Amino acid sequence: MSSEPVAVVGIGQTKHVAARRDVSMAGLVREAAQRALTDAELTWADIDAVVIGKAPDFFEGVMMPELYLADALGAVGKPMLRVHTAGSVGGSTALVATNLVRSRVHATVLTLAYEKQSESNAMWGLSLPIPFQQPLLAGAGGFFAPHVRAYMRRSGAPDTVGSLVAYKDRRNALLNPYAHLHEHDITLEKVQASPMLWDPIRYSETCPSSDGAVAMILTDRAGAGRAPRPPAWLHGGAMRSEPTLFAGKDAVSPKAGQDCAADVYRQAGIADPRRDIDAVEMYVPFSWYEPMWLENLGFAAEGEGWKLTEAGVTELDGDLPVNMSGGVLSTNPIGASGMIRFAEAALQVRGLAGEHQVDGARRVLGHAYGGGSQFFSMWLVGSEPPTS
Amino acid sequence: MTREIAVVAFAQTDHRRTSDELSEVEMLMPVLHEVLDRTGLKTSDIGFTCSGSSDYLAGRAFSFTLALDGVGAWPPISESHVEMDGAWALYEAWTKLLTGDTDTALVYAYGKSSPGSVRDVLTRQLDPYYVAPLWPDSVALAALQAQALIDEGYTDEPALAAVAARSRADAQANSHAQLRGSVPHGEYVVHPLRTGDCPPIGDGAAAVILAAGDRARELCERPAWIRGIDHRIEAHSLGVRELTDSPSTRLAAEKAGAFERPVDTAELHAPFTSQEVVLRKALRLGDDVRVNPSGGALAANPIMAAGLVRIGEAAARIHRGESDRALAHATSGPCLQQNLVAVLEGEPRHVQ
Repeated sequence: MSSEPVAVVGIGQTKHVAARRDVSMAGLVREAAQRALTDAELTWADIDAVVIGKAPDFFEGVMMPELYLADALGAVGKPMLRVHTAGSVGGSTALVATNLVRSRVHATVLTLAYEKQSESNAMWGLSLPIPFQQPLLAGAGGFFAPHVRAYMRRSGAPDTVGSLVAYKDRRNALLNPYAHLHEHDITLEKVQASPMLWDPIRYSETCPSSDGAVAMILTDRAGAGRAPRPPAWLHGGAMRSEPTLFAGKDAVSPKAGQDCAADVYRQAGIADPRRDIDAVEMYVPFSWYEPMWLENLGFAAEGEGWKLTEAGVTELDGDLPVNMSGGVLSTNPIGASGMIRFAEAALQVRGLAGEHQVDGARRVLGHAYGGGSQFFSMWLVGSEPPTS
Repeated sequence: MTREIAVVAFAQTDHRRTSDELSEVEMLMPVLHEVLDRTGLKTSDIGFTCSGSSDYLAGRAFSFTLALDGVGAWPPISESHVEMDGAWALYEAWTKLLTGDTDTALVYAYGKSSPGSVRDVLTRQLDPYYVAPLWPDSVALAALQAQALIDEGYTDEPALAAVAARSRADAQANSHAQLRGSVPHGEYVVHPLRTGDCPPIGDGAAAVILAAGDRARELCERPAWIRGIDHRIEAHSLGVRELTDSPSTRLAAEKAGAFERPVDTAELHAPFTSQEVVLRKALRLGDDVRVNPSGGALAANPIMAAGLVRIGEAAARIHRGESDRALAHATSGPCLQQNLVAVLEGEPRHVQ
């Protein structure tokens, strides 16, 4: 049985900022959803089901917020699912929504992810003591810094690579009106002079805490035929998970990430990702993860990812642009960050990315990861419908 | 939707008031082993895994990440999680199987209510700006619903007591139940609900294996085929809902095909006696339908797993030949805000 093709016909996001004090959580998600409907020229009545995702409930202090948000998202009388797969949740949520269409259970689905970090404190949410387990103590940076150091040691990368990524992503963000950080006076020297937080990760190489939401309208082939603007077509999507901590885990290049990418490429008929994929929106919360994921996703051989970054390949005008939107380094409403990657990939192949559009982007990868580099979700979208 | 999907195995813990000596993973592990053993499958044979749980019960963010260690996700697996009752994890797995990506799925759910005060914890799922700050607890909200039912003449306190007595008498035959045999109806907790009208607070886990088509026939002598499954949500605010009815349950049942032919069994996720009254009406269940032969949520209500247990119990009756067509129901949110209905069928028993 072949599954139904899936098209992205509407995308909406909020202007991401440190604190949206002018709206409630309901107001925030409604804004993104309404923009996605406007893009698709559809109404709330056209939506068959809602799939919502966000990172831990502790980040806002609301348990199972989909219950409270049902009204704001026009879900009353409809099916509503709530996905939570840590930092990869935005991507996973979109993939769960695609399966509702692929399986022909529903024709048109609204999927949305958000985080309103100003309602609480994510560092606190991540630092609650856990019985019988080593505490992280210092949030996500404290956990990931040793893995970055391990990558530098293994690859022999010069210690300047991280700042190049941050400088690039913050400049890209200036071209994206929805990005949180708009640092108009950014220079490479400023990045390199910023305080060291978790050696080797500097302040300007980390992501901000954002309030924000992103929504997409997914529909079947018939729905795509009625779409007023070019759709993005799903060519492949996959999730992979592995345990948090165990002796055989490679935290620098997790097998779950490699397997997930391989599954997506198989579905999409990608033989050589470096050649066949035009651009990538990848989940880079700390700058060094760009070269690390370039290797993990098969764009570079092991130990070679940093060379692509250093050579400018991943710049907006490079041969393989990475994080054209400014990425997670410029905008991080945690639970939404994965779906923003998926949505930005779709915007690129629709040709609707505005000033950060990559000319001729036909196949773009959206990537998300979460937990202790243990949850991965990815999709590959194209400007043309899949052939098989 | 041409693919046939069935529940082929079900396992659950003994549900208990406390499980201090066990972590969530330790509580879950035996259930995962048991459900796999029932089919002879190993973790690496499973095509898709999906779980349901809640960080707020565990009291920490990302609590589900450790449960994955119990699954043994190495080499890496295709896996997802809903921050909902496991019944919705089963729904996600069902759609995944329908796409044709895979033939088997493992679904599990767990919850430990014992470490905290679950009545207080559940207030945190209410509207965070206008309602949650008042801390209206789950029993108080259910009591509002019960009183509305009594005021409208749909039930009375003796009828509610009879629901409690029947459920707990049925639980006598369920070795996993937390409360079994005759239990006093008790004092008022929140008028008009007495202790006997309320679910026990407890810890527990459950797991189900789904399989498609011939794979299901290989793995189970009498698969419980999912003929339909649907879920619907209502408005959150109690002030805009008709508490004596459950339109979302009725709509989900209609979409799941529950009204096409009568069912012989119904496993309803009704943590309060009064909610069984609402659900029976919405689902048009006659007196000839065997309701909650397991004892239902009044005998054991491990939060986040209790809905999946309903599907598992209904399926197990079909596996055992005690039911031919069963309805399973799960709920989420205050006063039955969100409801899922699944219709399960066994093949006719005279066919060998």
